[in-house]
Amino acid sequence: MGSSPSLYLLGDVGSTFTKLCLVDAGAPAVLASAAAPTTVGTDVNAGFDAALGRLGPRAREAGRILVSSSAAGGLRIAAVGLVPELTMKAARIAALGAGGKVVGAFSFRLTAQDLAGLRELRPDMILLAGGTDGGDTEHIIHNAGALAAGLPGVPVVAAGNREAREELERIFAGRPEVRFAANVMPEVRRLDLDPARACIRELFLERIVAAKGLDRLRSRAEVVRPTPEAVLRAVALLSRGHGGSPGLGELLAVDVGGATTDVYSCAEGRPSSPAVVLRGLPEPFEKRTVEADIGMRHTIAHLLEQCDVEEVARAARATADEVRAWAGAVAGDPGHLPASEREHRIDAALAAAGCRLAVARHCGWLEECYTPEGRVYVQEGKDLGPVRCVVGSGGPLAAGGPRAGEVLAGARRAPGESRLLPSAPEFLIDRRYLLWAMGLLADHEPAAALELMKRHLEPC
Amino acid sequence: MSPSPAPPPTMILGVIGADCHAVGNKILELAFREAGFNVVNLGVMVAQEEFIAAAIETKAQAIVVSSLYGHGEMDCRGFRERCVEAGLGRILLYVGGNLVVGKADFAGVEAKFRAMGFDRVFGPGSGPEHGIAALREDLAARGAALGQ
Ligand code: B12
Repeated sequence: MGSSPSLYLLGDVGSTFTKLCLVDAGAPAVLASAAAPTTVGTDVNAGFDAALGRLGPRAREAGRILVSSSAAGGLRIAAVGLVPELTMKAARIAALGAGGKVVGAFSFRLTAQDLAGLRELRPDMILLAGGTDGGDTEHIIHNAGALAAGLPGVPVVAAGNREAREELERIFAGRPEVRFAANVMPEVRRLDLDPARACIRELFLERIVAAKGLDRLRSRAEVVRPTPEAVLRAVALLSRGHGGSPGLGELLAVDVGGATTDVYSCAEGRPSSPAVVLRGLPEPFEKRTVEADIGMRHTIAHLLEQCDVEEVARAARATADEVRAWAGAVAGDPGHLPASEREHRIDAALAAAGCRLAVARHCGWLEECYTPEGRVYVQEGKDLGPVRCVVGSGGPLAAGGPRAGEVLAGARRAPGESRLLPSAPEFLIDRRYLLWAMGLLADHEPAAALELMKRHLEPC
Repeated sequence: MSPSPAPPPTMILGVIGADCHAVGNKILELAFREAGFNVVNLGVMVAQEEFIAAAIETKAQAIVVSSLYGHGEMDCRGFRERCVEAGLGRILLYVGGNLVVGKADFAGVEAKFRAMGFDRVFGPGSGPEHGIAALREDLAARGAALGQ
């Protein structure tokens, strides 16, 4: 392999399907894409080769092979902080932004019970925060000691009060799987997430990739980052633009999957009027959330519990029983695809409900406070009202064909809704499922990645 | 270890409750900072829990509360108890602003807030300088150095 330097073979390994995408960054053009069932159980190379075989001979000329990993079950991170609304929340936000799946979050002093719980969660990694710089050191030192003794060998990114660092280095001495990053919350209400994010990626590549059997790809490909982080990079590039080529401005992206739904935003989200007071942690411009209980196949039972089934049925012009029957059928058989017109409508209506729930949780909200002589508004989280562009990605959305617009309509703010969803967005659909690939390409060829996203995202 | 100057004491500042009077808060922030304190200003409309959360993370020595809109007594109830619950039993608690409502006299108001566990209560005409002088005095009594 490797005769054409402008030819990139981009791969995503670890989820149900191994996806490959061949891009000529010089043209630029997406030349081909293909998928095959992932084979982590035996050797990931088998699935990779199967997909490669479907791409055609040119794929073998690729000068560079970059792979993202949705590492079987995701990158499982446990967040440990001090106060739940402050450093614990900061650690959660950092872990999500790094492409992780937050399997548990702990605050204050870790107890024996917490440690037992942590062990049971089997995290791939622990993000340990606590204390602003110059603030509390006691808790993070205690928690570091507890983790060192209670979960030996589990990788840790320590990103808390810098004044505790010396002590933590002593506690974690001789532990190469422990990394130190700048504090995720150096001051109350100020986040600094990039250093922790970089450490998480580093550990992911060095340790987790091997643990999940993905290192077998190493002889042929560079495994560069977790898939959700690649998507976040793509979305950020699409939002900001590159060089002389403008981006699309503030935007929101939704990836409705079979098991989870990921939401990404690139937006300031500040209050729309000076009369609104912002409360709580300010959130990062590039924000990701993932809803582990909202998905179109494996987790559809949870989705059903949370949405108004009658309303879904009305939207699908079906009965509530038909909606429930469909959910039951696909939960047991994730490969089940809608066949009849009615099934398509039901699938789309459920996806719209899931999209709405996931986007609503991602967005901030507005609360009216009545003071004895007047009304005041308090905002928590990001106001995405002004966001003009919503991008839909992911299997069910792309497969939803002409119904993608109906699904994404769930991301639009309804009149009177307290959650601050986009109020008048336009919708784009990632029908060819390119976002993750463009996030990989963005490291080396940002101009081409931007151009290809602009070309292939279709209005709907 | 080489001797380093003691870091400035940290204090949490904010306007409590649903109170959105923002001007005095900015002035207090500047004045306390000028006087050498590490000021963590939470701004307006701050709930008791937010003061306490910030104090825990920053290991603050004092919480300085303002109330301007006349509902201070209601908003401040239970503040000390909450601090005790959070392990901040000994933190200095100050309150000032417009605490005297209607015809009440300051002595009575002060007694009420003291009974609620506030270490210092500032009446009409008290500006930032009074708060600063008091905080220096109280911290000195506790042996905390002011980094200047
Ligand atoms: C501007 C203003 C507003 C603006 C605020 C704009 C903003 N975002 O800041 C608006 C129009 C929104 C407003 C609304 C209301 N206001 Co108004 N407002 C005022 C006004 C005219 C000036 C406030 C000001 O900025 N002062 C200048 C700053 C520098 O002074 P300060 O705030 O008092 O702070 C200093 C001192 O108090 C002290 N201090 C404060 N805290 C502490 C703490 C410590 C420890 C120490 C040592 C010192 C200290 O130091 C500060 C700095 O020097 C005052 C009247 C006045 N002249 O004070 C009324 C006043 C505060 N408002 C009042 C009221 C009742 C209201 C409303 C409830 C309804 C109304 N009638 O308008 C609403 C409440 C809204 C809400 N949810 O908070 C009353 C409060 C009555 C009381 N407490 O007994 C006042 C006193 C007017 C009055 N005489 O009736 N208000």
